[in-house]
Amino acid sequence: MNMNMNGLFAHTLTDLIRGIRQNKKNEQSYIAKEIADIRLELRRNDADLKAQAIAKLTYLQMMGYDMSWASFHVVEVMSSPKFLYKGIGYLGAIQSFNQETDVLMLTTNLIKKDLASSNASEIGVAINGLSHILTPDLARDLCADLVAMLNHSRPIVRKKVLLVLYKVFLKYPEGLRLSFSRMKDRLEDPDPSVVSAAVNVICELARRNPKNYLSLAPQLFKLLTTSSNNWMLIKIIKLFAALTPYEPRLTKKLLPPITTLIQTTPAMSLLYECIHTVIAGGMLATTGSGSNAESANTLAATCVTKLRTFLEDPDQNLKYIGLLALTKILPTHPHLVGEHKDIILKCIDDPDISIRMRALDLIVGMASKKNLTEIVKRLISHLLPANETEHSSMNNGSATAALMDPVYRADIIRRIVFICSQNSYANVTNFEWYLAVLSDLTNVAGVNVGTLLMQQFMDVGVRVKSVRTYTIQLMMRLLADTRLTEPDNPESANSMVLLAAAWLTGEYCALLESPESALELLSQKSTAKLDPAIQATYLQSLLKIFAHWMNNLQYSWNEEARQSLVEMVDLLREGVKELFSRSPDLEVQERASNVAVILDIIAEHAPKAPLKIENSISFAPTMPKPPAILSSLYPLFFNQELNPVAPKAQKKVPVPEGLDLESWIHEPIPEPEPLSSGDDDFLNEDSSYGYGWSGEGAAAEKSKKKGKGRHQEDSKESAEAKAKVKITMRHSCVRRPAEGDCSGL
Amino acid sequence: MPINYVLLVSRQGKTRLAKWFTTLSPKEKTKTVKDVTQLVLARRTKMCNFLEYKDTKVIYRRYASLYFITGVGPQDNELLTLEVIHRYVEVLDRYFGNVCELDLIFNFQRAYFILDELLIAGEMQESSKVTVLQAIHDQDATEVEEANEEKVKHTPRF
Repeated sequence: MNMNMNGLFAHTLTDLIRGIRQNKKNEQSYIAKEIADIRLELRRNDADLKAQAIAKLTYLQMMGYDMSWASFHVVEVMSSPKFLYKGIGYLGAIQSFNQETDVLMLTTNLIKKDLASSNASEIGVAINGLSHILTPDLARDLCADLVAMLNHSRPIVRKKVLLVLYKVFLKYPEGLRLSFSRMKDRLEDPDPSVVSAAVNVICELARRNPKNYLSLAPQLFKLLTTSSNNWMLIKIIKLFAALTPYEPRLTKKLLPPITTLIQTTPAMSLLYECIHTVIAGGMLATTGSGSNAESANTLAATCVTKLRTFLEDPDQNLKYIGLLALTKILPTHPHLVGEHKDIILKCIDDPDISIRMRALDLIVGMASKKNLTEIVKRLISHLLPANETEHSSMNNGSATAALMDPVYRADIIRRIVFICSQNSYANVTNFEWYLAVLSDLTNVAGVNVGTLLMQQFMDVGVRVKSVRTYTIQLMMRLLADTRLTEPDNPESANSMVLLAAAWLTGEYCALLESPESALELLSQKSTAKLDPAIQATYLQSLLKIFAHWMNNLQYSWNEEARQSLVEMVDLLREGVKELFSRSPDLEVQERASNVAVILDIIAEHAPKAPLKIENSISFAPTMPKPPAILSSLYPLFFNQELNPVAPKAQKKVPVPEGLDLESWIHEPIPEPEPLSSGDDDFLNEDSSYGYGWSGEGAAAEKSKKKGKGRHQEDSKESAEAKAKVKITMRHSCVRRPAEGDCSGL
Repeated sequence: MPINYVLLVSRQGKTRLAKWFTTLSPKEKTKTVKDVTQLVLARRTKMCNFLEYKDTKVIYRRYASLYFITGVGPQDNELLTLEVIHRYVEVLDRYFGNVCELDLIFNFQRAYFILDELLIAGEMQESSKVTVLQAIHDQDATEVEEANEEKVKHTPRF
């Protein structure tokens, strides 16, 4: 009665699957119960039951449940003589064993036995399983057997052995050296699938180490020209792509057959592979002899034409790889790619994000003076919300979602800035246009790229003198823009550009049309909510503009001017005190108090009484002298214009006569005398304060005097002595003179 | 570079088959499966079949209610991988006769065995459908033989 329980109660695999599908609501508990059952089944001695259990476990493993606890049982099932069970066991092993599974050692002999089996299917299953669970030990032990099987009578076995040998060689490189010639022989095998497998393996090996396989080139070349098996051709072409960098003559030989292939093959994948190889293998390099360069160029032109057909194809896949290949051709033949700019720009609007990213990459590489405006315009229109552009017809949920994705938008903006600013703005012909673009971006961005835009504004403003007036106008508009100063959503507003605006208006305030309005904007209430860095710049600029404006007053000094001066000073003092003096940020507070004090001084000295028009002899009312205070601040900021300095400028400054940068400024202290002479106390351990106090300072002085007498050629000294010199010099003013030593100080 | 993994995922995100040709820890495996499934299920019909995930490429195709997904290295030919996927589907179809998802659910071992005849260590083993089917039929024949032997052994002798 103890047997035959299996038929009645144990679940088969089908039962398990059906059960899981029926118990969708309480899946976890159902599966937990099943696993408990499986554990019991595995303890029984019945091979049937065990195999069923392992099959069930494998299914559960696929769903995510761990089965590593059953690895010993898996090996048991693997060793079953029945083919079906063996297959189940191997499958379980494949799915659950990893390099550290300890039962792997038990499998060595098992696999050996299976490899020697008379049944080809068994051999197949064993080889397959082996390819997954290979460890270096297994590889070493089984290598010899596998190599012997390369001459097996059945091609199916030969083929599998070849492929698994690749994996073996990865784990056990010694094996490759011993069996390489045997593998090479397989290239001449009568069965085409075996040849194909051999090519596969050699291709992968060559990718890791191309030099060793150059000797095989002639054989592979023959295969290339004679075979019609597309799969194999693709592999061979890929292989040649890896080889050509090492053997330039190969390029010349390969050009004709590959060109023929490109022009004639109907298979898209083969065509793509050829083009890819041609580009990656450097066959399009235009250096070299005349005829070589010419044929390379024609080849490049052919490739690009073919790629264009890819782009025009409605199949999205072809578009994708077309763009990919064009990106690779771009560095060598930019003009060829530029001819197809229109279609590439269209691809940017494609609803498919993969295609869009590829097209963007391509566009960024293609930007030049002529097409920059167009490209940037296209990219910006891309950023506008979908219902505002003509693309509203594509009401693709995913397209609009992608457009709103902040990472995507930030990426586009960064790319726009990149193509405009690369090579020190080599591509920008009209800086006013570029500044307008930047301010558009500030408004349209919807994502925080403020720092990037701020840097751009500052860069252009400082380096491009000719557009400074325009820049300043733009900056004033930004300062007044309430969307920036009082944003609804501080996260996505680009308030950082206000920093650039403030700084530029401060530095170049001579170009301001209306300094008063600038001052008002800089001291308005909303500034209290801005970032502290921005506030600090505001304060500084405030002072600069005020100084400049005040200085100008002296050229038209009259009662009106006096009144406006007093008003302005009061306004500013109020603004500064209220907004900034209590800011939690230290920098802002410090600057605010500086500015407040300066303003107070000016307020003190500003004439409070209405001006009297002095009567002069000529009866014409003369303007009274403007008070000296007016021009007092101006020199603080505007004595000299600060120009941007190139990073390497310092090197270009010639060293003046008589200055020797290589020699010591101060002769170094000579090496301390050895301890045995007992003269100095450098190594006096008692001086717990280390350096510079009493005994040591005196000792240093003493030996310095001694050193002068003993002039040493070798100016090298220990770092320690140098340090002590430094410290004693520092402390020399605080040390108390040791007894009896009053010299030197 | 060879194929790194083959996944079969239903429209609801259930894994029907997972074959790995590289060694990854189980945690990494689950993570990859989750991420890639999410990416693929979010795609629309008109979009191209290629994706990028971390620094590998993901190539997928939808057949009825199943997504066949493969992961390859960045240097690989995408169109070729699509062909490999298609070859696999063709063989499955021939074997099961008008295959549907249920067939693969209840016979997942067969699906694995068939895949094993097509790919070893991530490389295409056999491009001929006929040969692959022949090998599978051989395997089946062996099983049937063995089962018959068992029956003969166990039938009570008169």
